[in-house]
Amino acid sequence: MTDMKYSRDHEWVFLDENGNAVIGISDFAQKQLGDIVYIELPETGRQLTQGEEAAVVESVKAASDVKSPLAGKVIEINDILVEQPEVVNSEPESTGWFIKLVPDDPAQMNDLMDSATYAEFIVGQD
Amino acid sequence: MPPSLKHTALYDLHRELGARMVPFAGYELPVQYRGIREEHLHTRKHASLFDISHMGRFILMGKNAARALERLVPCRLEDLLPGRQRYTTFLNTHGGIIDDLIVTADGEALILVVNAARKDRDREFIEASIGDDIEIRESAEHSLIALQGPDAAAILGRLNNDCTELRFMQAKTVDILGIPCHVSRSGYTGEDGFEIAVPSTHVEFIARRLLDDERTRTAGLGARDTLRLEAGLCLYGHELNEDISPVEAGLKWIISEVRLATDPGFYGSDVIRRQLSEGTHRQRVGLLVEGRAPVRENTILVNMDGETAGRVTSGTYSPTLEKPIAMACIDSEYTQAGTRLHAIIRNRQHPVTVTKLPFVSRRYYHGPADSDHCIN
Repeated sequence: MTDMKYSRDHEWVFLDENGNAVIGISDFAQKQLGDIVYIELPETGRQLTQGEEAAVVESVKAASDVKSPLAGKVIEINDILVEQPEVVNSEPESTGWFIKLVPDDPAQMNDLMDSATYAEFIVGQD
Repeated sequence: MPPSLKHTALYDLHRELGARMVPFAGYELPVQYRGIREEHLHTRKHASLFDISHMGRFILMGKNAARALERLVPCRLEDLLPGRQRYTTFLNTHGGIIDDLIVTADGEALILVVNAARKDRDREFIEASIGDDIEIRESAEHSLIALQGPDAAAILGRLNNDCTELRFMQAKTVDILGIPCHVSRSGYTGEDGFEIAVPSTHVEFIARRLLDDERTRTAGLGARDTLRLEAGLCLYGHELNEDISPVEAGLKWIISEVRLATDPGFYGSDVIRRQLSEGTHRQRVGLLVEGRAPVRENTILVNMDGETAGRVTSGTYSPTLEKPIAMACIDSEYTQAGTRLHAIIRNRQHPVTVTKLPFVSRRYYHGPADSDHCIN
């Protein structure tokens, strides 16, 4: 299992013990969105490119795209989010994960920020 | 944040209370403090304080100001008694809505509260349409706050009990903690409540005293929008614009039959008269949405055959009903409550049902329960 990495679009990703990428949105992102009321997830089996829109998050106020920080094939989606989208507000970087995918190129993890760099990146963005 | 944005007199208080500020109609205003859902539900249960100082407040002075202004609106104004308010619209010559506003008779003067984004357009329209003997000025020395919710009367009543005697759409000048304020029983949430014009020098003082009451919390523009949508109230630039008439917008009730029957009428009166007798091609309706996906503004609506039926004008998630709701402008053949349509969201069809407005009952104060006195 790798450490969590972050994208400039506020997604997080880590590789689990099988080398699959688990992807969600950061705590900073959920705070910016506010009360999350609906999440649209991709179908399993879908092939995503790096940076492609993979899911949609709707807060009370607006809809936002979630982009895949890595290229790969979706093998699992987090069904909990369909009935309980608010889990992304309460536990964004654990229970509130979005999708799991088989990465085409695990080296794309190097394109992303570690948690310390991301913490600096978000300063002043809110 | 663009550097040219204006601040209201409560700007420092908003920052102190942790508000997230956004640009809105040229101002930097709080969209939320703690969260839209919580602020919304607190308003329905207790009371919330809103900063609405961005709204325009014009004072019209002069003999026959009411008669002069009648040319610009479809309602009567000459009969408006001092201390009474009326909701109306400025109309262009095609019957389209230039703005919606509340007119208050205040002694010899008329007070007009208009939308922030329409201030300049309104002023230009008023000045071009009424005579030189009527003076118009913007009341720049006042800030506007709203206290909305079922506890609003008890909270404001503690500071001055005279306020609680006001009924919906009545107004008067009262002293609050020694500050002369113009208080009206009105609002934009569907709840009982007040809108208060306070000298800007003292608005933070008054706001803090209202917040000292543990039943009062702050609420931002986000909750203001979800509350008005549940109450089925129009928002300029969404349900209303210069191509939509009051008849199409579901505001027939603001049109006075006396004014329609009297010469010289008002701007657009020919069009309005024709629409009332022949009907219109489109109407504002409410939509209940199946499933959880919010249906946003400009979403296309289609009938069961996939033919375009209309367009969503406002859509959100309703914190009270815990499901998505929307208002839409649709072809008149689909306006019957219960009509089923589809909303096209990200290339997928989501079933919606046309429904009567409001989504959540309005709870205005019309007087003591045993009173049969009726206003407006």
